[in-house]
Amino acid sequence: MSRDPSIVPDRHPVLEVRDVSLGFGGVRALTGVSFSVAKGELFSIIGPNGAGKTSMLNCISGRYRPSSGQILLDGSDVTGLSPNRRATLGLGRTFQNLALFGHMSVQDNIMVGRHHLLKNNALTGALYWLGARREELAHRRVVEEIIDFLEIAPIRKAQAGTLSYGLRKRVELARAMAVSPKVILLDEPMAGMNLEEKEDMARFIVDLNEEWGMTVVMIEHDMGVVMDISHRVMVLEFGCKIALGLPEEVMANDRVKVAYLGIDEDEQVA
Amino acid sequence: MIGSSLVPCGQFKTSYSEDTTLFLTPASRRFCIAAIVLAAAAPLVLGPYPLTLMIQIGFFAIAALGLNILVGSTGQISLGHAAFFGFGAFASAWLNSTVGVPVLLAIPLAGLMTTLLGLLFGIPAGRLKGLYLAIATFASQYILEDFFARATWFTGGSSGAMAAPASLFGWELSGDRQYFYVVLVFLVVMFVLGANLLRTRDGRAFVAVRDHYLSAEVMGVNLTRYRILSFGISSFYAGIGGALYGHYLGYVSAEGFTILQSIQFLGMIIIGGLGSVTGTLMGTCFMVLLPEVTEGAVSLIKQVVGDVPGLTGALAYIKEAAIGLAIVLFLIFEPDGLVHRWRTIKSYWKLYPFSY
Ligand SMILES: Nc1ncnc2c1ncn2[C@@H]1O[C@H](COP(=O)(O)OP(=O)(O)O)[C@@H](O)[C@H]1O
Ligand SMILES: [Mg+2]
Repeated sequence: MSRDPSIVPDRHPVLEVRDVSLGFGGVRALTGVSFSVAKGELFSIIGPNGAGKTSMLNCISGRYRPSSGQILLDGSDVTGLSPNRRATLGLGRTFQNLALFGHMSVQDNIMVGRHHLLKNNALTGALYWLGARREELAHRRVVEEIIDFLEIAPIRKAQAGTLSYGLRKRVELARAMAVSPKVILLDEPMAGMNLEEKEDMARFIVDLNEEWGMTVVMIEHDMGVVMDISHRVMVLEFGCKIALGLPEEVMANDRVKVAYLGIDEDEQVA
Repeated sequence: MIGSSLVPCGQFKTSYSEDTTLFLTPASRRFCIAAIVLAAAAPLVLGPYPLTLMIQIGFFAIAALGLNILVGSTGQISLGHAAFFGFGAFASAWLNSTVGVPVLLAIPLAGLMTTLLGLLFGIPAGRLKGLYLAIATFASQYILEDFFARATWFTGGSSGAMAAPASLFGWELSGDRQYFYVVLVFLVVMFVLGANLLRTRDGRAFVAVRDHYLSAEVMGVNLTRYRILSFGISSFYAGIGGALYGHYLGYVSAEGFTILQSIQFLGMIIIGGLGSVTGTLMGTCFMVLLPEVTEGAVSLIKQVVGDVPGLTGALAYIKEAAIGLAIVLFLIFEPDGLVHRWRTIKSYWKLYPFSY
């Protein structure tokens, strides 16, 4: 059952992808993909392996430079900007393969998310009591809220590299939240998790969207979860957008059935 | 940073400020203060030779901490640290003798001059990685050695530069006893600054760049900027350490600042523990004391076995070989350094006798 939003997708697009193409040598990873995500929306991207979903997120976060097309964040063109500039403008993300700072504590990992919001520098940091202390503590408070929300208080001092897979995924979400982004990009946040961990993660993402009011763009394979929690879904296949709409519309789309769900029309008829 | 998961059990923090103190536990805070007090009492009880060694540990440890911020925390590499150490020594001597800056002011100013130099060399180096970076810093070692030999106005060329002793309000701090306190104050200040840096924004950014540079960038960290900054900070420490060294010897000559010394600095942080402030001090003690221990061992052999032919002549080589051997053994058997061993022992005793 999909949530019925009163969100009008194209009125206040906080993220706009215009006709983006991307190639690697001979391989075309993306071909003329366009979509926009409204403020407060939970937008999912699905598609078979190698469809170009991660490449799409990489174009948005600045890891890849599209060969043509534009990316707009909150109305301003970010296509030429470096990833760190985009973070400053309000983009947070998690990775499909874990990408935590393995030797840092969980708490410090999340504090790195506050990097662009903190003003202290090497000098004021070194002069801690005369400089950075007050600011660091204020941001620790924000981090602590995120820690409480994601229920990771008991592991806040643990070294990130020593945690279980499921917990590391959760810490990555925490770190991306700490950026206080306008849009948060989640690349397969539930991949490789057991059922219980998946349920927790789905609940966190819904709360993140509803209670924290965060705009979410998520790649996910678990169709049950996607159809359940997304406002809208986009389907990619071989780098092309083959469908975009409400979850039930997408589910009913013939091309999607063939391409993604592996249901052959002829078989269905027969 | 490394090993921060080894917080002793039974430690509960009730406020954020309590949770962000410089020391992990009140016990380690007390331990540190006791160590400083003990060190301050050392000149009253130690003979001249042990005091010399402690002074050496002081200025080397300051320089090594800089290298550890660059290599251990930021994950860069530098084969040219000794050259920056040397530049600091020359800069301070020059500031004092030519510009007329008092020594105690010349030392931090020399640190700043070395920072600028480090930033300059960091601009190309900050864009390189791995082997290319190693070669680039290797080149900086030789460029600076060449500069020392040619810039006679700055270094005195082959005859070297005189470095006047420090003085405070007209009171000359020239003897080892007085100078020991100068070094101790600089050591404590530089270590506190370093530890503070590593627990705030830019220090975390350094470690983030080391651990996963792609996600550091996505978190808003400008990689090139932080790599260059790390070179600057590392050079600041090298410059201060070098300046203290120069005014201690009273004379600065380019011979001391070779690639061999650069490798010894790397040895200090590898043996002490990469990325660890405490470990830096441990590794420096180890490196400074190792030749002494080697010499002691050789003379012991001579007493027990009698004079083996060639042993006395080979002593200088044995000392150098011992340093190389120590680095290799640590890399193989204790890659996290002395500080890791120390933490393991501490947490063993915390739980004694239920240590498993
Ligand atoms: N860095 C890269 N270099 C070369 N090819 C790449 C690179 N990244 C992705 N691709 C290719 O682009 C296509 C899409 O990959 P990806 O975006 O990872 O798919 P998905 O996330 O949907 O599984 C694949 O054919 C993949 O091999
Ligand atoms: Mg993918």
